[in-house]
Amino acid sequence: MNPPAASRALSFPEWLGLSLAGIVTFFAIWWSLAASGIVPAQFLPTPLAVVEKFVALTQSPFVGYTLQQHLASSFGRFALGFGLAAAIGVPLGLLMGSFRWLDAIVTPLFDALRFVAPIAWVPFAALWFGTGIGGPVLIIFSGAFPPCLINAYRGAKYVEPRLIEAAQTLGASHARMILEVLLPASVPSIVAGLRISAGLGWQSLVGAELIVASSGIGYLLVKGQANISTSIVMSGMIAIGIVGFAIDALLRMVERGINRRRGR
Amino acid sequence: MVHVLGRRPAWVGAATFVVLLGAWYALTTLTQTISPGRFPAPSEVWDALTQIVVTGYADARLQVHVLHSVKLVVLGFAAATLSGVPLGLAMGASRAFEAFVNPAFLLIRPIPPLAWIPLAIVWLGLGDAAKVLIIWFAAFVPAVINSYSGVRGIEPHLIEAAKMLGVPRGLYVREVLIPGALPMIFTGLRLSLQACWTTLVAGELIGAIAGLGHVLYQASLDIFPAMIVVGMAVVAMTGAVMTLALGWLERRAMPWVAARGGRG
Repeated sequence: MNPPAASRALSFPEWLGLSLAGIVTFFAIWWSLAASGIVPAQFLPTPLAVVEKFVALTQSPFVGYTLQQHLASSFGRFALGFGLAAAIGVPLGLLMGSFRWLDAIVTPLFDALRFVAPIAWVPFAALWFGTGIGGPVLIIFSGAFPPCLINAYRGAKYVEPRLIEAAQTLGASHARMILEVLLPASVPSIVAGLRISAGLGWQSLVGAELIVASSGIGYLLVKGQANISTSIVMSGMIAIGIVGFAIDALLRMVERGINRRRGR
Repeated sequence: MVHVLGRRPAWVGAATFVVLLGAWYALTTLTQTISPGRFPAPSEVWDALTQIVVTGYADARLQVHVLHSVKLVVLGFAAATLSGVPLGLAMGASRAFEAFVNPAFLLIRPIPPLAWIPLAIVWLGLGDAAKVLIIWFAAFVPAVINSYSGVRGIEPHLIEAAKMLGVPRGLYVREVLIPGALPMIFTGLRLSLQACWTTLVAGELIGAIAGLGHVLYQASLDIFPAMIVVGMAVVAMTGAVMTLALGWLERRAMPWVAARGGRG
């Protein structure tokens, strides 16, 4: 197949060679900037120093916990906030897709609150929950909720009319209609929404923990910054990137599995 | 304003808004179900708004804060667009270049923009430079990805026609590549702008001397819920206005999309 705007496709060895060259160049530039002393070591540690610090953080605690413990604490908050967003958002979205009056009531409220960036809830989160778990969960929820709701709503609203008519002809009750027609038909949309929602939730978590937490990976970042320890900050960033990537990869697999089962 | 959920007669939205306003007033002022320490009454919010507009709060008046925040977002956004779009276009047009740059890009990509805040503070302190860096980063990734997708999505026969006619390089880029990728580029810019705005508020919450995030932070310290509400509302409205402005720009840049009556 002709590659569109791109130049000709690369053979595998070419691709591999260029990719390796790229990654080597990246680390070479980093290393030389750090090792040569152009940038002071405190601001730019060598890649090796970062790796060493990363390993050290998994073994000895920093501001109270080891790296894994911070991550576990963060992930727990994330799971709670994301779980709540999905548990409320998906059913609500499906119901809104089915009942116009519900749609009419909830949508203006939703549209108004949607534009408030999750992070803008931090002051209220701090006011209402202090540094307890409620604060980050509120912020994660506000980030993760919209995609769950919107995708469930869209899934329900754009179900093939024939399916609905068939169910109605067969005398399905409202409950059965929702559970056995709308929900299965909306699953691809819902899962796509969950993936976006998880990404936003994880990002919101990081933001929340930068400000209103006393443990967790975001807290580790802030404390690392306070100590002007770039290697700790970078280790934290790497950990965040890895977990975020893993969550997304997992949900991508789920999405593909579901689409395959449906023959798409 | 984008209506992601269904469309409905305007009066329903207005009616809901009035009902919410009434409920807010009733719950806070009339019945005192919600104590003022938890959530402010409408009158308190109005007072806070007049205060910040007329006398100022957190060292400046509202207009100064808004302008300061907007200025930083525009700077970061422009920097990200000028660096990200060409990079994305180049990666889309040349598979060799893509293979070289992609590994480094994939390493950076999973790290959420907010996670860069501590590092930016370590490198550049608490001033404006750090904020612009973070905003740049938040907008850079979507700009690259969408420009890349834009190029890859150009219809093959346009490319082939250009090649057949022997179009020189410069003209090719200006008249084929860029216009073809422009719709996706603008999608990326819209996403970038939202990310910028969220990231800026977060950055200002953590440390700033002016700006909307700083207002939120100060209100949080002063335990001034009414001012928090004012801050959040202004953040939301400014974000919405900037998105509208970008939409206007988009329509000016791609007149052919409107002529065709929809997304090209």
